[in-house]
Amino acid sequence: MRKIIDTTLFALTWIFAAITLLVLLFIVAHIVINGVPHLDARLFEFAFTTENVSMMPALVSTIFMVVLTLLIALPLGIFTSIYLVEYVKKGNKFVMLIRSATEMLAGIPSIVYGLFGMLMFGQFFGFGWSLIAGVLTLGIMILPVIIRTTEEALKSVSDGYREGGYALGAGKLRVVFRIVLPSAVPGILAGVILAIGRIIGESAALIFTAGTMPQIPETLGHSARTLSVHMWVLSSEAHHTGEAYATAVVLLLLILVVNTAAAVVAKFFITK
Amino acid sequence: MRQKCEKSKKGTRATNFIRNLCVQRMAKTVNISINNCNLYYGDFHALKGIGNDMPMEIGANKVTAFIGPSGCGKSTFIRVFNRMNDLIQNCKITGEIKIGEQDIYDKNTDVTLLRKNVGMVFQKPNPFPMSIYDNIAFAPRTYGVKKKARLDEIVERSLKQAALWDEVRDRLKKSALGLSGGQQQRLCIARTLAAEPKIILMDEPTSALDPISTGTIEDLIRELKKTYTIVIVTHNMQQATRISDKTAFFLMGEVVEYDKTRQIFSNPKDKRTENYVTGRFG
Repeated sequence: MRKIIDTTLFALTWIFAAITLLVLLFIVAHIVINGVPHLDARLFEFAFTTENVSMMPALVSTIFMVVLTLLIALPLGIFTSIYLVEYVKKGNKFVMLIRSATEMLAGIPSIVYGLFGMLMFGQFFGFGWSLIAGVLTLGIMILPVIIRTTEEALKSVSDGYREGGYALGAGKLRVVFRIVLPSAVPGILAGVILAIGRIIGESAALIFTAGTMPQIPETLGHSARTLSVHMWVLSSEAHHTGEAYATAVVLLLLILVVNTAAAVVAKFFITK
Repeated sequence: MRQKCEKSKKGTRATNFIRNLCVQRMAKTVNISINNCNLYYGDFHALKGIGNDMPMEIGANKVTAFIGPSGCGKSTFIRVFNRMNDLIQNCKITGEIKIGEQDIYDKNTDVTLLRKNVGMVFQKPNPFPMSIYDNIAFAPRTYGVKKKARLDEIVERSLKQAALWDEVRDRLKKSALGLSGGQQQRLCIARTLAAEPKIILMDEPTSALDPISTGTIEDLIRELKKTYTIVIVTHNMQQATRISDKTAFFLMGEVVEYDKTRQIFSNPKDKRTENYVTGRFG
């Protein structure tokens, strides 16, 4: 009897794992099969025209968006986490407030961020549809992700390191920045990958804030569309479904590159 | 003071004389005296009036061992000397703890300077996740040593003192986490020595190590005692008899008996000490 239950359970876990993998493979295959035939050198021309819906401006905008958003959110998030983990005494009310706030922020649908960004940055600050409005909105959006993962990474650093540092007469600042933070880098990078994934994949929040202009933004005030928004525009116009699939292929590749790069960096820090 | 001594290391007979004076004065400044020390973790009374009859004196250039069953307060007590208990919330300490003439719980005490002078080696080897070289150079860098030549010198001297130099000289730039447990613990000792302390506290330094590594570390402690004052917490009574000059027996947050090691193990005055060292409990 026990044997039968064992075998059944094993079969079930195997089947579910296989289903998950198949779904993933199906999606990737579907995108590749539909997208690759439409991948064309012309799609990478710098100018976007109605005849040639080039994705180059969107690709460049995406990279801008990722870099600028991380530039704002990373320092904010990492320093907040350092404060929460290293400096605050346990049971502090203010910290509990910050924690529940970040948890709540993580659960808000992105379209709500979009609406907020549009009203706050677009209208109140007068940025209109612009790169900067998109960057600020996404910055707020990925902040919880970065704070949570950095917090976990810092907490998982062995207390032995901290004790060892203090016992040598090092001050808090030195212990945190020379010992604890470097050991937490791989964990923090995992958070950064998640954050980049959210930035690259975001469309709703950006349609409201950064707009959909298919151009390479020259200033922070220009409207810009990322690849995801580009895909949304193309597919909603119904003429360019093939190009939308091609964009999806490029998106997949981009994510692959980001993940690999992060893995390489993490490895560098671990072996060091 | 220490630096002055070093400067005059290579010198004539006259400077040698001065150096010896330095060493003597240094030796004088490193005994610890504890006067009625109480420690509370919140409501829990962890150390109960240590040195309340007469101040407990821990002599310079001696190895002093703390023995006793788990939870008796010996690790807590050793952490009083470098104020590591400051890191624990709701920890309150009363009484007077003097290192040399300095009351270390005085408001004006510079805790980082105290910890530089009172090094600590922990139960579990805790090398930082960086290279062997950077581990050793961590303390001198903390105190502002930047010159490469000077750092190289400190790293080499510390590793030699800790009897690790020959094993790691070819891989100073490799991660310290690649060393064996015993090597890691000697690295931690070297790291402590690099801070040029006067006192070294050791909290069960060999309990995570195999017998051979333990032997190496014990030899090392015997060697280090010539230059440093050593306080060691140990669960291993044989270890206490092998390496220590004086032994304090702890029970329930009190020092039951504190005497020459030979006295404690051969002819204890207190019945409880006798029961413990003869293995009737603990």
